[in-house]
Parts: sequence; C-alpha cells; structure tokens
Amino acid sequence: MDLSLTPQETQFRDALRAWLAVSVPRDWEQHRLHDSMQERFQFLRAWQKRVFEAGWAGVAWPKEYGGRGAGLMEQVIFTQEMAAAGAPPLANILGLALIGPTIIAFGTEAQKKRYLPNILSADEIWCQGFSEPNAGSDLAALRTDARLAGDHFVVNGQKIWNSYGWAADWCALVTRSDPNSQKHQGLTYLLVDMKSPGVEVRPLRQLTGESEFTELFFRDVRVPAENVLGAVGNGWNVALGTLAHERATLGVSAQAAVRRQIEGLIDLSRDIPRNGRRAADEPLVRQKLAQSYIENEVLRLNQMRALSKIIQTGAPGPEGSILKIGFSESNQRFQAAAQEILGPYAQLTGASELAIDNGAWSYSYLRSRGNTIEAGTSEIQRNIIGQHVLGLPKSY
Amino acid sequence: MNFGLTETQQTIRSSARQFLAAECPMAEVRRLAETETVYDAGLWSKFAAQGWTGIIFPEEYDGLGLGMLEMAATLEEMGRALVPGPFISTVLLAGTLLDRAGSDQHKQKYLSAICRGEARSTVALLERSASWDLDAVHLEARGISDAFELSGEKLFVPDAAIADFLLVVARLAGDLAVFLVPAATPGLEVIATPALDITRRLYQVSFAQVVVPTENLLCRGERAREALESALEVACLGTVAEMVGGIQSLLDLTVAYAKTRKQFGRPIGSFQAVQHQCADMLVLLEGSRSALYYAAWMLGENDPGARTAVSVAKAYASEAYRDAGNKSIQVQGGMGFTWENDAHLYYRRAKASEIAFGDATFHRERIAQMLIDRGLPKSRLGVAAD
Repeated sequence: MDLSLTPQETQFRDALRAWLAVSVPRDWEQHRLHDSMQERFQFLRAWQKRVFEAGWAGVAWPKEYGGRGAGLMEQVIFTQEMAAAGAPPLANILGLALIGPTIIAFGTEAQKKRYLPNILSADEIWCQGFSEPNAGSDLAALRTDARLAGDHFVVNGQKIWNSYGWAADWCALVTRSDPNSQKHQGLTYLLVDMKSPGVEVRPLRQLTGESEFTELFFRDVRVPAENVLGAVGNGWNVALGTLAHERATLGVSAQAAVRRQIEGLIDLSRDIPRNGRRAADEPLVRQKLAQSYIENEVLRLNQMRALSKIIQTGAPGPEGSILKIGFSESNQRFQAAAQEILGPYAQLTGASELAIDNGAWSYSYLRSRGNTIEAGTSEIQRNIIGQHVLGLPKSY
Repeated sequence: MNFGLTETQQTIRSSARQFLAAECPMAEVRRLAETETVYDAGLWSKFAAQGWTGIIFPEEYDGLGLGMLEMAATLEEMGRALVPGPFISTVLLAGTLLDRAGSDQHKQKYLSAICRGEARSTVALLERSASWDLDAVHLEARGISDAFELSGEKLFVPDAAIADFLLVVARLAGDLAVFLVPAATPGLEVIATPALDITRRLYQVSFAQVVVPTENLLCRGERAREALESALEVACLGTVAEMVGGIQSLLDLTVAYAKTRKQFGRPIGSFQAVQHQCADMLVLLEGSRSALYYAAWMLGENDPGARTAVSVAKAYASEAYRDAGNKSIQVQGGMGFTWENDAHLYYRRAKASEIAFGDATFHRERIAQMLIDRGLPKSRLGVAAD
C-alpha cells in the first residue's frame, strides 16, 4: 500500500494544475446551464481541441498517435484535476474512454494512425452501435447483418441507444458477419463512417425530455473490409474489451462529478431552513449527507484499487461490475437524498426562475434513473459477478 | 501507486490464515464459546510466539514494530477465523493506550508484559449512558492521601474477567483521566453481562471506593483525551479488519453452499435470485476492504484525514457485515437458521462489531462534523488531493 505520488507524477500534476488555472473557460457554467444540447456539444468540442493542442489529451495513449505517452496513473490524475478545477468534460467521451483504447488494443498500425489522433483532437466524434431492439442485455443476440462482397461489407440492420449518435462522424459497430452463426460466434467489429450512404440517424427522446440517444438504421451501407477491427468473426472479444474499459474508466469522472454535487448540497444545506434551524444542523439531514459522502468515498477507493490492479496486471477485470453497481446505485440514492434535503424547490426545472442551480437538481434526479440501465443493467452486472467472479453456475 | 497489500503484507496475511486454520479451527471456536471467559492460555501463548500480542508496538517494549496495514492484514484473518478472546481489548485498546499515554516505566512494566503475552488487559470506558463520547465519562476519581479513590460503574467492558489489570477512564477534578487498576484490587467487582456474540464477553465492572496508588495514574487532561482517541481509532480499525475477514468468510461459505445445494434439479446458485444476493455480498466485501486499507494507510501516515477515513470504514463495514450475515442465512435457508451452521456465529459477531467503537449512525455524525462543520477533509489521491 503506497498512495504517494512519484516525483514524475507530482511534476505532471503541478504542470497540469498550472495550465488548468489559466485555461479553464470561465463561461463554462453559463454554457452548461443555458445552451441547447447541440450548442453545448460544440463548446465542449472546441474545449477538447484546446486540451489536445496543449498536449493534455490522451494522457496514457502512445505519443506516435497524438497521446502524451504517460501512464494510467497520470490519466487518473488528469481526470481528478479536471474535476477539481471545475473544467468542462471533453466532448469525444466515447472515443476517448472506449473506442480509442479498443483501437489501441486491437487495431492495425494503419488504423491507429488513421483514427487515434482525430479522436484526441475531437475532429472526429465517435458513437457505439452495440444494442439492438432485440439485443439489449442479451447483446450476443444481435442481428445487424454484414456480408462480405469483394473488398467491402454490406451492412443492413438497426441499432439503438446510441449516445452521441447525433454528433458522431464514426460508429464502432458490432455486426453479425456469418448469418449461420449463433451468439458470440460470427460477430465482426466494424468502424463505420457515419456519412456513408444508407446510414440514417433518428433522435430518441428519453424521459428527461432530451435526446442524448439515437436509433441508427443501416440500409445497404458499404464498409471497406480494411475497417474491420480485430479479426472477422472475433467481434465479441473486441466488444468485450470495450465494455471492460467502459466500466473501469468512465467511473472516475462520474465519481468526481457526484463528489462536486455533494459539496454543493452541503453548501446549500447551510441556507435551507428546516424545523426551525439550518438543514445542515438537522440530524437526519446530516446523516444523509454523511452517508452520501461515505458511498462516494467507498466508490472512489474501489476505483483506485481497481486501477492499481490494472496498472499492475495490465487489464481490467470483471470486478468493473462492482464499480458500475457502486456508481449507479449510490448516485440514485444520493439524488433522492438531495431532493429530500432541498425540499419543494428541488423539483423545479430550469424553466422556473425559482429553481435552485437553474434546475440542475431536478435534471440530475431524472437522469440518474438511467444509470442502473445504461452500460449494462444492474441485473446483468450482478450476473457477471455471480458467474464470472464467484464462479456460480450459469443461469442462461 | 499501489492500493493494496504489499508482497510482505500478503505473506503476513496468508501465514496468519494457515496458522489459524491449524490452531483455531471452527471446532475450537465452538469449544471456547462454551467456556466462561472464551480465553485459552495455550492459544494466547501461541499468538505471543507469533509476535501478534506486540504487533504494532516498539521493539524496545518487546513488540514487533509493524504498521497499521500489517495489523489489519492479521486481524482480517482473525476475523475470518472468528478468533474468540481478548485480542482487541488487550492488544489494540489497552496496548495502544499504554503506548500513547504511559511513562517509560509504565511501558516497561505493563506494555512489555502485553507484548510478551504475559498479561491480559482491557479499557473500561462506557457507563450507563452507553456513549462512546469521551465527554460522557463520569466515573469519579478523587485524590486521597498518597492515592486515588475510584467510585462508580462501567458497562460493556470487554474481557474484564480475565484482565490482569484494567485501564479505567475516569473524571478527576473535571479532567479526563486514565488509571491502571490491578484485577485483585479490593472494591472491584466484575459481573458478566451475557450478550449476542458468544465468542466475546462483556462485563459490568463496579468500583466501590477502589484505592489505587498515585503512580497508577497513567495520564490526565488533554494528554488523556488524545491517547484515548488514538487507542479508539486503532481498536476501531482492527475491528473493521476483523469485519472484513468475517464478511469474506460468510461469502465463501454461502457461495460454496449455493454451488452444491440442489433444488428443482439444479444447484440453487444457478438461480439469479440467489446469484444476486451473493453478488451483493461481494460488493459489500470489496467496499469494506478498500475502505479498510485506505484507513489503515491514512492512520499509519498520521494523515489529518485519518479520522474521517476510519469513520468511513467503520460506518460502511458496520452495515455491510450485518447485511452480509442476513444474505448468508437467507441463501442457506433452513440450514442457515440452525445452530450447527456457522453463519449465526458470524451474524452474532457482526452485531457486536457493529456496536463496538460506534455504529454507523455514530460515525456518520462524526463524518458530518468534519464535513459540514469543519469543511471537507482532503483525501489522498482524490479530488483536490493535497
């Protein structure tokens, strides 16, 4: 056990801190609260470009593909310092957290050179095409058809729940390339240009009222054979690599964002009257705030421990499911506690002048409902733990 | 960064596991649970031979001089094996209090005896108010000619019947004070208060004008408060380590049962309703373990955030151990509810450990004081780390 930073890591942190101090856009909060989703995305895209140009994007990615060539530890420090500085998130989140690392792991030299720098600079935004209307938790039941015809595949099918599908230039698409195959066999992972003829993007309105997600339709879409990531028929393993990264890395910034909300709620609780005193002095409120802190802290420590294991063994494991359950369920409990502590004002949306923080709390309450569904439901995460970590017999 | 046990610490843990599997198997735990004091002199001297009775104390007092993580790794195994007896009371509580508050003379005489395995001890802290708050201590001490006289009562004192001397927390002219009281002192009465955990004993100790010599005043005032807080942190950490080991043991026995027990022609572990309860036990275990190692590291580094880290670990593990016990018994069905099944022994220990050194509600309030009243503690390698 040793949590001290090496001199190199300290130097990295101090340099980053100095850069963030002069570079974080001061008007981010205004954009965050008042922009439309599309306007906000363009703002974040420009921000990521600045981060890239200053040499801070892709901290742990190889230098030859535009990264910084540092370690995973520096990547964690980057995420934490960004959160601590109140910096905006980076726009190309799926490219950075999931698809880029998968290309680094499975891509050819030509693919790495072609795709990675543009992920870092946000010149090409990525989305994922995994789930289908009839292949959700049972992802291996997917049926989007890819037939090899000479030097290209012809793709037909439908994908759903594609975050950033409306902004994406490229899609990481899992297809069935062998029509006679079953389940995990015969799948192929394709890198698809969203501007290809036959790709249609339809917004999918979610319960928050926003359309973060899309449906994607593929009709006779031609994809060059050189755009296969990994081997033809090996798509399941490539996709699993992506999912493991999703669970291991996305959590760090999510945990940090909730920690900032907890701090915000503590500040607010000093001004809210409750039973003739400040909410901050009310024993039940204090218990709930402390419990939120405990759950967030345990999540942070589980993450540090998992990352330490990745640094030592080189690969994320199925324990990522513990982090996914930890984040999603603790965030839902926290949002419910926040609603209770803030009282009737908490339900107001940004459309009301009386709303606290421009309606951020009512939004995050609704948005957190999706946490236990997206990126693998809590039920699927528990199946993974039961079957792949504890070795219990398969249930399906 | 290395978040986890080093190779040496892992070796300490695995050799402790082997040692306890041989010397303190469940049959021995059950045998001791039927005895009056759950103390076995033979087992204790074997612990001493391992160096465990002096694990965290300086070598000059015959200790091993190891750190908090080595202690936690050892206690994790003790908790897994459900070791009965006075380890936490003697070594972690009384030992740490002597180490922090005693004079060199006190340490030579009493701490060394604990380290060598020659003496058992405990700390008498709680009273009728049953509060872990040091301000709730009222037992009266007053100076008489060349001595002190103690009058009052202490409750929930662990292992008092086999302690060779007790460290008694009292109020001396308004000051907090700690006195060393030998077991044979006239006026001292120890009465068993049977409780849920059958592998540990609690006592009511009354003091009827108990006279102790002046040199037995260990410390008073601010020094006493700091020493007591320190001893309680260390004992609390050791208790969390035991709890982590206990949850591990519950998970292991539950998963083993779910893999072999068949109903409807299939192992019950193939049903998701059962799988998910086991998965939740793992979630509780790993969260407790991460919080434990972090708290041990922070305490070992004397980090200002150590107090919060210990409270996070104790609050989380207190609910996790109890919940793991519930799930273990539920998954094992009727068999889990029998005396012969080991689950209830852990379930009982979970309740006692939850209460010891403050339950989750107590520690959440402690966290709230640091979080809300004094501002967020800084976390190592966390948002806004140093």
